[in-house]
Amino acid sequence: MAGSITRVEELAYILKISEVMSSQVKTLNPHNTMQDVLECMRENRISGIPIVDQENQSLIGMVSTEDLIRCLANQDVQSNLQKYMSTRLVTVNSFDHLTEALKLFAKTGLGRLPVLDEKGALTGILTKGDVTYGLLRALQHDYQEEEVRIYRASHLFEDIESDRTSLILRYTIQHFDFTNGGAASSKIKRALLRMGANAQLARRVGIGTYEAEMNLIIHTTNGGSIHVEIEPHQIAVYAWDDGPGIADVQLAMQPGYSTATEEIRELGFGAGMGLTNISRCADEMDLRSELGKGTHLTMKFLLTGEDVVGEGYTSKTKKESSKNDA
Amino acid sequence: MTLDQIIKELNLKVLTDAKDFSQISPTHGYVSDMLSCVMTGAKHQSIWVTLQAHNNIVAVACLLELAAVIITENAQPDAVTIKKANEEGITLLSCPRNSFYVTGKLWGMGLRDQ
Repeated sequence: MAGSITRVEELAYILKISEVMSSQVKTLNPHNTMQDVLECMRENRISGIPIVDQENQSLIGMVSTEDLIRCLANQDVQSNLQKYMSTRLVTVNSFDHLTEALKLFAKTGLGRLPVLDEKGALTGILTKGDVTYGLLRALQHDYQEEEVRIYRASHLFEDIESDRTSLILRYTIQHFDFTNGGAASSKIKRALLRMGANAQLARRVGIGTYEAEMNLIIHTTNGGSIHVEIEPHQIAVYAWDDGPGIADVQLAMQPGYSTATEEIRELGFGAGMGLTNISRCADEMDLRSELGKGTHLTMKFLLTGEDVVGEGYTSKTKKESSKNDA
Repeated sequence: MTLDQIIKELNLKVLTDAKDFSQISPTHGYVSDMLSCVMTGAKHQSIWVTLQAHNNIVAVACLLELAAVIITENAQPDAVTIKKANEEGITLLSCPRNSFYVTGKLWGMGLRDQ
Protein backbone atom coordinates (compact mmCIF):
# COMPACT_ATOMS: atom_id res chain seq x y z
CA MET A 1 0.00 0.00 0.00
CA ALA A 2 2.96 2.25 -0.68
CA GLY A 3 2.12 5.90 -1.01
CA SER A 4 -1.49 5.60 0.05
CA ILE A 5 -2.72 7.99 2.71
CA THR A 6 -6.10 7.49 4.30
CA ARG A 7 -8.34 10.37 5.37
CA VAL A 8 -7.63 9.46 8.99
CA GLU A 9 -3.86 9.70 8.47
CA GLU A 10 -4.38 12.97 6.67
CA LEU A 11 -6.44 14.30 9.58
CA ALA A 12 -3.64 13.37 11.99
CA TYR A 13 -1.45 15.80 10.06
CA ILE A 14 -4.10 18.53 10.11
CA LEU A 15 -5.49 18.36 13.65
CA LYS A 16 -3.54 20.01 16.46
CA ILE A 17 -3.16 18.16 19.75
CA SER A 18 -4.91 21.11 21.45
CA GLU A 19 -8.06 20.40 19.40
CA VAL A 20 -8.27 16.80 20.55
CA MET A 21 -6.93 16.71 24.14
CA SER A 22 -9.00 16.93 27.32
CA SER A 23 -8.24 20.30 28.84
CA GLN A 24 -9.99 19.81 32.15
CA VAL A 25 -7.29 17.82 33.87
CA LYS A 26 -7.46 16.48 37.38
CA THR A 27 -4.10 17.13 39.00
CA LEU A 28 -2.52 16.61 42.40
CA ASN A 29 0.45 18.33 44.01
CA PRO A 30 3.62 16.84 45.50
CA HIS A 31 2.22 17.13 49.02
CA ASN A 32 -0.62 14.68 48.38
CA THR A 33 -0.54 11.05 49.49
CA MET A 34 -1.15 7.87 47.55
CA GLN A 35 -4.52 7.70 49.37
CA ASP A 36 -5.42 10.96 47.56
CA VAL A 37 -4.34 9.35 44.31
CA LEU A 38 -6.59 6.36 44.95
CA GLU A 39 -9.60 8.57 45.69
CA CYS A 40 -8.99 10.90 42.77
CA MET A 41 -8.76 7.97 40.37
CA ARG A 42 -11.86 6.31 41.75
CA GLU A 43 -14.00 9.47 41.77
CA ASN A 44 -13.01 10.61 38.33
CA ARG A 45 -12.59 7.15 36.78
CA ILE A 46 -9.17 8.02 35.40
CA SER A 47 -6.04 5.94 35.20
CA GLY A 48 -3.32 8.59 35.36
CA ILE A 49 -2.82 11.85 37.23
CA PRO A 50 -0.29 14.59 36.44
CA ILE A 51 1.46 15.97 39.50
CA VAL A 52 2.03 19.73 39.21
CA ASP A 53 3.88 22.33 41.19
CA GLN A 54 1.30 24.41 43.08
CA GLU A 55 3.02 27.70 42.35
CA ASN A 56 3.93 27.71 38.67
CA GLN A 57 1.73 24.84 37.42
CA SER A 58 4.75 23.11 35.95
CA LEU A 59 4.60 19.34 35.53
CA ILE A 60 6.70 17.40 38.01
CA GLY A 61 5.60 13.83 37.48
CA MET A 62 2.81 11.37 36.67
CA VAL A 63 1.13 8.75 38.82
CA SER A 64 -0.58 5.90 37.00
CA THR A 65 -2.68 2.93 38.12
CA GLU A 66 0.44 0.78 37.84
CA ASP A 67 2.15 3.00 40.42
CA LEU A 68 -0.91 2.73 42.64
CA ILE A 69 -0.90 -1.08 42.38
CA ARG A 70 2.76 -1.17 43.42
CA CYS A 71 1.90 1.01 46.41
CA LEU A 72 -1.11 -1.14 47.35
CA ALA A 73 1.01 -4.27 47.16
CA ASN A 74 3.30 -2.64 49.71
CA GLN A 75 0.25 -1.62 51.81
CA ASP A 76 1.69 1.87 51.71
CA VAL A 77 -1.24 4.16 50.74
CA GLN A 78 -0.47 6.69 53.45
CA SER A 79 2.91 7.55 51.98
CA ASN A 80 3.59 10.70 49.97
CA LEU A 81 2.93 10.21 46.28
CA GLN A 82 6.44 11.34 45.37
CA LYS A 83 7.67 7.90 46.46
CA TYR A 84 5.76 6.23 43.59
CA MET A 85 5.36 8.87 40.88
CA SER A 86 7.29 8.61 37.59
CA THR A 87 9.50 11.58 36.87
CA ARG A 88 10.83 10.37 33.53
CA LEU A 89 8.15 12.14 31.58
CA VAL A 90 7.07 11.78 27.99
CA THR A 91 5.11 14.88 27.01
CA VAL A 92 3.67 16.45 23.87
CA ASN A 93 3.14 20.08 22.92
CA SER A 94 -0.38 21.43 22.48
CA PHE A 95 0.64 23.18 19.24
CA ASP A 96 2.01 20.00 17.62
CA HIS A 97 0.03 17.95 15.15
CA LEU A 98 -1.77 14.84 16.31
CA THR A 99 0.62 12.68 14.32
CA GLU A 100 3.42 13.48 16.82
CA ALA A 101 1.30 12.06 19.64
CA LEU A 102 0.43 8.97 17.58
CA LYS A 103 4.13 8.29 17.05
CA LEU A 104 4.78 8.59 20.78
CA PHE A 105 1.88 6.30 21.67
CA ALA A 106 3.26 3.70 19.27
CA LYS A 107 6.86 4.10 20.44
CA THR A 108 6.32 4.14 24.20
CA GLY A 109 3.20 2.03 24.64
CA LEU A 110 1.92 4.66 27.10
CA GLY A 111 -1.82 5.13 27.48
CA ARG A 112 -1.82 8.88 28.13
CA LEU A 113 0.43 11.82 27.43
CA PRO A 114 0.51 15.09 29.39
CA VAL A 115 0.20 18.11 27.07
CA LEU A 116 2.31 21.23 27.66
CA ASP A 117 1.67 24.75 26.33
CA GLU A 118 4.19 27.17 24.79
CA LYS A 119 5.49 28.07 28.26
CA GLY A 120 5.91 24.46 29.31
CA ALA A 121 2.95 24.52 31.73
CA LEU A 122 0.50 21.63 31.85
CA THR A 123 -2.51 22.47 29.70
CA GLY A 124 -4.20 19.13 29.07
CA ILE A 125 -3.95 15.39 28.80
CA LEU A 126 -4.27 13.18 25.75
CA THR A 127 -5.45 9.56 25.87
CA LYS A 128 -5.92 7.14 23.00
CA GLY A 129 -9.65 7.54 23.61
CA ASP A 130 -9.34 11.31 23.04
CA VAL A 131 -7.57 10.60 19.75
CA THR A 132 -10.30 8.24 18.55
CA TYR A 133 -13.04 10.63 19.58
CA GLY A 134 -11.25 13.61 17.99
CA LEU A 135 -10.80 11.79 14.68
CA LEU A 136 -14.42 10.63 14.61
CA ARG A 137 -15.57 14.19 15.30
CA ALA A 138 -13.40 15.51 12.45
CA LEU A 139 -14.70 12.85 10.05
CA GLN A 140 -18.26 13.70 11.02
CA HIS A 141 -17.45 17.35 10.30
CA ASP A 142 -16.15 16.38 6.84
CA TYR A 143 -19.35 14.49 6.23
CA GLN A 144 -21.49 17.44 7.27
CA GLU A 145 -19.47 19.75 5.02
CA GLU A 146 -20.33 17.53 2.07
CA GLU A 147 -23.99 17.63 3.11
CA VAL A 148 -23.87 21.43 3.21
CA ARG A 149 -22.19 21.50 -0.21
CA ILE A 150 -24.92 19.27 -1.62
CA TYR A 151 -27.60 21.44 -0.04
CA ARG A 152 -26.11 24.68 -1.39
CA ALA A 153 -25.49 23.32 -4.89
CA SER A 154 -28.89 21.66 -5.15
CA HIS A 155 -30.55 25.04 -4.68
CA LEU A 156 -28.33 26.86 -7.13
CA PHE A 157 -30.95 27.93 -9.65
CA GLU A 158 -33.77 28.40 -7.24
CA ASP A 159 -33.36 32.06 -6.37
CA ILE A 160 -31.78 33.35 -9.54
CA GLU A 161 -34.14 34.94 -12.04
CA SER A 162 -33.33 35.40 -15.68
CA ASP A 163 -34.87 34.47 -18.99
CA ARG A 164 -32.51 31.55 -19.17
CA THR A 165 -30.10 30.69 -16.36
CA SER A 166 -27.25 28.26 -16.85
CA LEU A 167 -24.06 27.23 -15.16
CA ILE A 168 -20.99 26.62 -17.30
CA LEU A 169 -18.09 24.44 -16.21
CA ARG A 170 -14.89 24.66 -18.26
CA TYR A 171 -12.04 22.15 -18.35
CA THR A 172 -8.81 22.23 -20.32
CA ILE A 173 -7.58 18.83 -21.48
CA GLN A 174 -3.92 18.33 -22.37
CA HIS A 175 -2.82 16.05 -25.20
CA PHE A 176 -1.36 12.74 -23.96
CA ASP A 177 -2.03 13.59 -20.30
CA PHE A 178 -3.00 10.05 -19.31
CA THR A 179 -2.23 10.80 -15.66
CA ASN A 180 -5.28 13.06 -15.45
CA GLY A 181 -7.39 10.98 -17.81
CA GLY A 182 -10.94 10.95 -16.47
CA ALA A 183 -10.33 13.78 -13.98
CA ALA A 184 -12.65 16.25 -15.73
CA SER A 185 -15.46 13.72 -16.19
CA SER A 186 -15.18 12.62 -12.54
CA LYS A 187 -15.44 16.26 -11.42
CA ILE A 188 -18.43 16.84 -13.68
CA LYS A 189 -20.16 13.77 -12.33
CA ARG A 190 -19.53 14.91 -8.74
CA ALA A 191 -20.82 18.41 -9.52
CA LEU A 192 -24.04 16.98 -10.94
CA LEU A 193 -24.57 14.74 -7.92
CA ARG A 194 -24.07 17.73 -5.64
CA MET A 195 -26.60 19.64 -7.67
CA GLY A 196 -29.15 16.96 -6.96
CA ALA A 197 -29.00 14.99 -10.21
CA ASN A 198 -30.00 11.36 -9.83
CA ALA A 199 -27.23 8.75 -9.96
CA GLN A 200 -28.34 7.36 -13.31
CA LEU A 201 -28.17 10.74 -15.06
CA ALA A 202 -24.84 11.64 -13.42
CA ARG A 203 -23.41 8.30 -14.54
CA ARG A 204 -24.61 8.78 -18.13
CA VAL A 205 -23.08 12.25 -18.36
CA GLY A 206 -19.91 10.95 -16.68
CA ILE A 207 -19.44 8.06 -19.11
CA GLY A 208 -20.16 10.14 -22.21
CA THR A 209 -17.82 12.90 -21.06
CA TYR A 210 -15.12 10.37 -20.17
CA GLU A 211 -15.04 9.10 -23.75
CA ALA A 212 -14.86 12.66 -25.08
CA GLU A 213 -12.12 13.50 -22.61
CA MET A 214 -10.03 10.45 -23.58
CA ASN A 215 -10.49 11.32 -27.27
CA LEU A 216 -9.00 14.77 -26.58
CA ILE A 217 -6.09 13.15 -24.74
CA ILE A 218 -5.43 10.47 -27.34
CA HIS A 219 -6.45 11.83 -30.72
CA THR A 220 -5.67 15.58 -30.78
CA THR A 221 -2.67 17.68 -31.68
CA ASN A 222 -2.91 20.20 -28.83
CA GLY A 223 -5.51 18.76 -26.52
CA GLY A 224 -8.78 20.64 -26.25
CA SER A 225 -11.47 21.86 -23.95
CA ILE A 226 -14.67 20.59 -22.44
CA HIS A 227 -17.52 22.91 -21.53
CA VAL A 228 -20.53 21.70 -19.65
CA GLU A 229 -23.60 23.89 -19.63
CA ILE A 230 -26.03 22.95 -16.91
CA GLU A 231 -29.58 24.23 -17.14
CA PRO A 232 -32.69 23.20 -15.24
CA HIS A 233 -34.00 21.36 -18.30
CA GLN A 234 -30.85 19.97 -19.92
CA ILE A 235 -27.13 19.37 -19.67
CA ALA A 236 -25.01 20.08 -22.72
CA VAL A 237 -21.41 18.92 -23.01
CA TYR A 238 -19.19 20.45 -25.68
CA ALA A 239 -15.75 19.03 -26.52
CA TRP A 240 -13.57 21.06 -28.86
CA ASP A 241 -10.14 20.58 -30.34
CA ASP A 242 -8.13 22.24 -33.09
CA GLY A 243 -6.94 19.20 -34.94
CA PRO A 244 -6.09 17.01 -36.65
CA GLY A 245 -9.78 16.37 -37.39
CA ILE A 246 -11.56 13.21 -38.46
CA ALA A 247 -11.30 12.19 -42.14
CA ASP A 248 -14.56 10.25 -42.26
CA VAL A 249 -16.99 10.91 -39.43
CA GLN A 250 -19.37 8.13 -40.48
CA LEU A 251 -16.56 5.60 -40.50
CA ALA A 252 -15.33 6.85 -37.12
CA MET A 253 -18.81 6.33 -35.70
CA GLN A 254 -18.76 2.63 -36.60
CA PRO A 255 -18.34 0.38 -33.56
CA GLY A 256 -14.85 -1.11 -33.48
CA TYR A 257 -13.28 1.42 -35.84
CA SER A 258 -10.21 3.05 -34.35
CA THR A 259 -7.10 4.89 -35.51
CA ALA A 260 -5.32 4.41 -32.19
CA THR A 261 -1.68 3.34 -32.31
CA GLU A 262 -0.37 0.07 -30.91
CA GLU A 263 1.05 1.95 -27.92
CA ILE A 264 -2.37 3.39 -27.06
CA ARG A 265 -4.08 0.04 -27.54
CA GLU A 266 -1.74 -1.55 -25.02
CA LEU A 267 -3.17 0.84 -22.44
CA GLY A 268 -6.61 -0.52 -23.21
CA PHE A 269 -7.81 2.38 -25.32
CA GLY A 270 -8.63 2.33 -28.99
CA ALA A 271 -11.36 -0.29 -28.87
CA GLY A 272 -13.26 1.86 -31.34
CA MET A 273 -16.17 2.09 -28.95
CA GLY A 274 -15.78 5.65 -27.71
CA LEU A 275 -18.16 7.43 -30.08
CA THR A 276 -20.59 4.50 -29.95
CA ASN A 277 -20.60 4.86 -26.21
CA ILE A 278 -21.23 8.58 -26.42
CA SER A 279 -24.21 8.13 -28.72
CA ARG A 280 -25.58 5.48 -26.37
CA CYS A 281 -25.29 7.72 -23.30
CA ALA A 282 -26.42 11.05 -24.71
CA ASP A 283 -29.96 11.91 -25.76
CA GLU A 284 -28.58 13.93 -28.65
CA MET A 285 -25.15 13.79 -30.20
CA ASP A 286 -23.63 15.95 -32.87
CA LEU A 287 -20.15 15.42 -34.27
CA ARG A 288 -18.60 17.82 -36.78
CA SER A 289 -15.06 17.61 -37.96
CA GLU A 290 -12.84 19.04 -40.63
CA LEU A 291 -9.42 17.67 -41.47
CA GLY A 292 -6.69 20.08 -40.45
CA LYS A 293 -9.13 22.26 -38.52
CA GLY A 294 -10.51 20.23 -35.67
CA THR A 295 -13.50 18.53 -34.18
CA HIS A 296 -16.60 19.77 -32.35
CA LEU A 297 -18.61 17.27 -30.36
CA THR A 298 -21.89 18.15 -28.70
CA MET A 299 -23.76 15.90 -26.32
CA LYS A 300 -27.13 16.79 -24.87
CA PHE A 301 -28.76 15.15 -21.93
CA LEU A 302 -32.39 16.08 -21.54
CA LEU A 303 -33.87 16.19 -18.09
CA THR A 304 -37.21 14.52 -17.86
CA GLY A 305 -39.69 13.58 -15.17
CA GLU A 306 -38.04 13.61 -11.83
CA ASP A 307 -34.56 14.54 -13.08
CA VAL A 308 -33.47 17.75 -11.42
CA VAL A 309 -30.29 19.75 -11.16
CA GLY A 310 -29.81 22.81 -9.03
CA GLU A 311 -33.41 23.20 -7.94
CA GLY A 312 -34.14 22.38 -4.35
CA TYR A 313 -37.88 22.73 -4.55
CA THR A 314 -38.31 19.71 -6.80
CA SER A 315 -36.46 17.40 -4.44
CA LYS A 316 -39.73 17.02 -2.54
CA THR A 317 -41.44 15.32 -5.46
CA LYS A 318 -38.34 13.21 -5.91
CA LYS A 319 -38.60 11.91 -2.40
CA GLU A 320 -42.27 11.17 -2.82
CA SER A 321 -41.74 9.25 -6.00
CA SER A 322 -38.92 7.21 -4.50
CA LYS A 323 -41.33 6.35 -1.71
CA ASN A 324 -43.75 5.09 -4.33
CA ASP A 325 -41.04 2.94 -5.88
CA ALA A 326 -40.51 1.24 -2.54
CA MET B 1 -22.11 -13.31 -2.41
CA THR B 2 -19.94 -10.71 -0.75
CA LEU B 3 -16.61 -9.27 -1.78
CA ASP B 4 -15.22 -10.71 1.42
CA GLN B 5 -16.02 -14.28 0.25
CA ILE B 6 -14.56 -13.57 -3.19
CA ILE B 7 -11.30 -12.26 -1.73
CA LYS B 8 -10.96 -15.39 0.44
CA GLU B 9 -11.98 -17.90 -2.23
CA LEU B 10 -9.64 -16.51 -4.87
CA ASN B 11 -6.93 -15.61 -2.38
CA LEU B 12 -6.78 -12.04 -3.68
CA LYS B 13 -4.38 -9.39 -2.46
CA VAL B 14 -6.09 -6.16 -1.38
CA LEU B 15 -4.09 -3.27 -2.84
CA THR B 16 -6.23 -0.41 -1.51
CA ASP B 17 -7.36 0.51 2.01
CA ALA B 18 -9.19 -2.19 3.92
CA LYS B 19 -12.93 -1.73 4.37
CA ASP B 20 -15.79 -3.93 5.46
CA PHE B 21 -15.84 -6.16 2.38
CA SER B 22 -18.63 -8.28 3.85
CA GLN B 23 -20.94 -5.30 3.24
CA ILE B 24 -20.17 -5.17 -0.50
CA SER B 25 -22.16 -7.53 -2.72
CA PRO B 26 -21.12 -7.39 -6.38
CA THR B 27 -24.09 -7.88 -8.68
CA HIS B 28 -22.39 -8.90 -11.93
CA GLY B 29 -19.02 -9.60 -13.51
CA TYR B 30 -17.25 -8.24 -16.56
CA VAL B 31 -13.94 -9.09 -18.27
CA SER B 32 -12.07 -6.90 -20.75
CA ASP B 33 -8.85 -4.98 -21.12
CA MET B 34 -10.42 -2.44 -23.44
CA LEU B 35 -11.69 0.45 -21.35
CA SER B 36 -14.43 1.56 -23.74
CA CYS B 37 -15.84 -1.95 -23.82
CA VAL B 38 -15.96 -1.87 -20.05
CA MET B 39 -17.69 1.51 -20.21
CA THR B 40 -20.25 0.00 -22.54
CA GLY B 41 -20.71 -3.41 -21.00
CA ALA B 42 -19.95 -3.42 -17.28
CA LYS B 43 -22.94 -2.98 -15.06
CA HIS B 44 -23.08 -0.75 -12.02
CA GLN B 45 -21.68 -2.57 -8.94
CA SER B 46 -19.95 -5.21 -11.08
CA ILE B 47 -16.60 -6.83 -10.50
CA TRP B 48 -14.23 -6.06 -13.36
CA VAL B 49 -11.46 -8.50 -14.21
CA THR B 50 -8.58 -7.00 -16.20
CA LEU B 51 -4.88 -7.10 -16.95
CA GLN B 52 -4.72 -3.30 -17.05
CA ALA B 53 -3.08 -1.70 -14.04
CA HIS B 54 -2.60 1.93 -15.09
CA ASN B 55 -4.45 4.77 -13.42
CA ASN B 56 -7.27 5.08 -15.94
CA ILE B 57 -8.84 1.93 -14.54
CA VAL B 58 -9.68 3.98 -11.45
CA ALA B 59 -11.50 6.62 -13.51
CA VAL B 60 -13.48 3.89 -15.28
CA ALA B 61 -14.31 2.07 -12.03
CA CYS B 62 -15.33 5.34 -10.42
CA LEU B 63 -17.56 6.50 -13.26
CA LEU B 64 -19.29 3.11 -13.43
CA GLU B 65 -19.37 2.73 -9.63
CA LEU B 66 -17.90 -0.75 -9.83
CA ALA B 67 -17.76 -2.92 -6.70
CA ALA B 68 -14.09 -3.83 -7.26
CA VAL B 69 -11.40 -4.33 -9.89
CA ILE B 70 -9.42 -7.58 -9.97
CA ILE B 71 -6.07 -7.06 -11.65
CA THR B 72 -4.76 -10.36 -12.94
CA GLU B 73 -1.32 -11.91 -13.63
CA ASN B 74 0.21 -9.82 -10.87
CA ALA B 75 0.14 -6.61 -12.92
CA GLN B 76 1.05 -3.93 -10.41
CA PRO B 77 -0.60 -0.49 -10.33
CA ASP B 78 1.75 2.32 -9.29
CA ALA B 79 1.48 4.28 -6.05
CA VAL B 80 -0.37 7.17 -7.73
CA THR B 81 -3.03 4.79 -9.03
CA ILE B 82 -3.53 3.23 -5.61
CA LYS B 83 -3.70 6.66 -3.97
CA LYS B 84 -6.31 7.79 -6.48
CA ALA B 85 -8.31 4.60 -5.94
CA ASN B 86 -8.32 5.22 -2.19
CA GLU B 87 -9.47 8.81 -2.72
CA GLU B 88 -12.34 7.62 -4.89
CA GLY B 89 -13.18 4.69 -2.63
CA ILE B 90 -12.42 2.12 -5.33
CA THR B 91 -11.23 -1.33 -4.25
CA LEU B 92 -8.31 -2.76 -6.25
CA LEU B 93 -7.48 -6.44 -5.85
CA SER B 94 -4.74 -8.47 -7.46
CA CYS B 95 -3.77 -12.07 -8.04
CA PRO B 96 -1.11 -14.04 -9.91
CA ARG B 97 -3.61 -16.11 -11.97
CA ASN B 98 -4.92 -15.00 -15.37
CA SER B 99 -8.28 -13.46 -16.26
CA PHE B 100 -9.63 -16.79 -17.57
CA TYR B 101 -9.02 -18.52 -14.25
CA VAL B 102 -10.43 -15.67 -12.18
CA THR B 103 -13.54 -15.40 -14.31
CA GLY B 104 -14.07 -19.17 -14.15
CA LYS B 105 -13.85 -19.05 -10.39
CA LEU B 106 -16.28 -16.13 -10.14
CA TRP B 107 -18.73 -17.93 -12.43
CA GLY B 108 -18.38 -21.01 -10.26
CA MET B 109 -19.24 -18.94 -7.22
CA GLY B 110 -22.44 -17.87 -8.95
CA LEU B 111 -21.56 -14.46 -10.40
CA ARG B 112 -23.05 -13.83 -13.86
CA ASP B 113 -22.64 -11.30 -16.65
CA GLN B 114 -26.24 -10.15 -16.48
